[in-house]
Amino acid sequence: MKQIKDITIIDYDTGNLESICYALDRIGATYELTADPAIIQNAHRVLLPGVGEASTAMSDLKGKGLDSVIKSLTQPVLGICLGMQLMCSHSEEGDRDCLNIFPNKVIKFPLMEKIKVPHVGWNTISGLKSPLLIDLAENSYVYFTHSYYVEKNEHTIATCNHGIDFSACIAYNNFYGCQFHPEKSGEIGETILRNFIQLS
Amino acid sequence: MVAKRIIPCLDIKNGQTVKGINFEGLTNVGDPIELAKKYTLDGADELVFLDITATLEGRNAFYSLINRIAKEINIPFTVGGGISSIEDAAAMLDAGADKITMNSGAVQNPEIITEIARKYGSQFIVIAIDAKQVDNIWRVTTHSGQQVTERELYGWAVEAQDRGAGEILFTSMDHDGTKQGYPLDVYAELNRLLHIPVIASGGAGSIQDIEDVFIKGKADAALAASIFHYNEITISQLKEALANNNITVRL
Repeated sequence: MKQIKDITIIDYDTGNLESICYALDRIGATYELTADPAIIQNAHRVLLPGVGEASTAMSDLKGKGLDSVIKSLTQPVLGICLGMQLMCSHSEEGDRDCLNIFPNKVIKFPLMEKIKVPHVGWNTISGLKSPLLIDLAENSYVYFTHSYYVEKNEHTIATCNHGIDFSACIAYNNFYGCQFHPEKSGEIGETILRNFIQLS
Repeated sequence: MVAKRIIPCLDIKNGQTVKGINFEGLTNVGDPIELAKKYTLDGADELVFLDITATLEGRNAFYSLINRIAKEINIPFTVGGGISSIEDAAAMLDAGADKITMNSGAVQNPEIITEIARKYGSQFIVIAIDAKQVDNIWRVTTHSGQQVTERELYGWAVEAQDRGAGEILFTSMDHDGTKQGYPLDVYAELNRLLHIPVIASGGAGSIQDIEDVFIKGKADAALAASIFHYNEITISQLKEALANNNITVRL
């Protein structure tokens, strides 16, 4: 019988899945890449990556019939960066309705004095509360690169500040999201990925 | 608050670090991976690798190096050197690079910034600008400062931003290599004009210079090569000194 992998990565043509694959290699996790709904439904854990533009990515997911599949999942699901944003209700980027797993909206950083957009670089996360973030110290640094954000809300499990407070991580039932890139966040990021493969 | 970034830059020729690296404790000074790991452990926030080879063999060695970096290094890295087409950019992305930096190629064909940003996102493209003062005007130069163009620094920086560049990396060719510090007023003006991050490069000779470019020049990141390669200042020493002066850095 074929061994079930630790993580099943949804491959919907967003490009640059190498970074996340190499990070999983470094922590010794097993994974597979697929767009096959049957494989995704039977996965141990699902990772929804995302690089690029929200409305295009949403169309790619729908085009492969993956939108309803993702919403129906009951195993742990982690969305990274745009992947997290797609799990929200609506994105201002391309004015697009998204998966609506989280009832929150994705909005663009407003122009603020002394605040650069995109938000690029290492920033601290605080108010940590989730098994996903176990073993992390308050104010740990992680690497962000984004222009749109999810407001702080009742599902926020880690907060970051860039002119305004926003959700660095969110969680609801079996669904988790990271606005930053754990695969590029050094040892802190590797701890988060290790925590994710402990979830069941 | 987002931390000020410290970014060591490595010049690569035929897949190896070029001479001019002076480190104790490295078994193979030529191996960029070993140096990259050392910098990462010492607190580098990102890494930049520039291919200075002009041959096909050199370029292929660079692509395999990018792939090894992506596999072994757990922080973001940018690659550049001679990128002039969307195909070049795609090859770097496929090899595993997080960002690319373009210089002459973008000056010669600004439309490529728009194309790359649209296809891969602004976070993927850093526009490097080399400029020098000619009759009191900062003129953009290409080909490592050898050719002065008609373009003016500030106008070009804003155009690059508006076309979709995610960050601007500015080097003053009048200061590069002097170790006398950065043109702080130019960085402050770029910071005022742009809403994307500005990376300072070229001119740092001391911790004070880097502190000045963050506080007076308001730069978001500082890139340096020789001061780190020659072990004059280690990244951890630098970051500790900056933190002691109330500059937010990742320690």
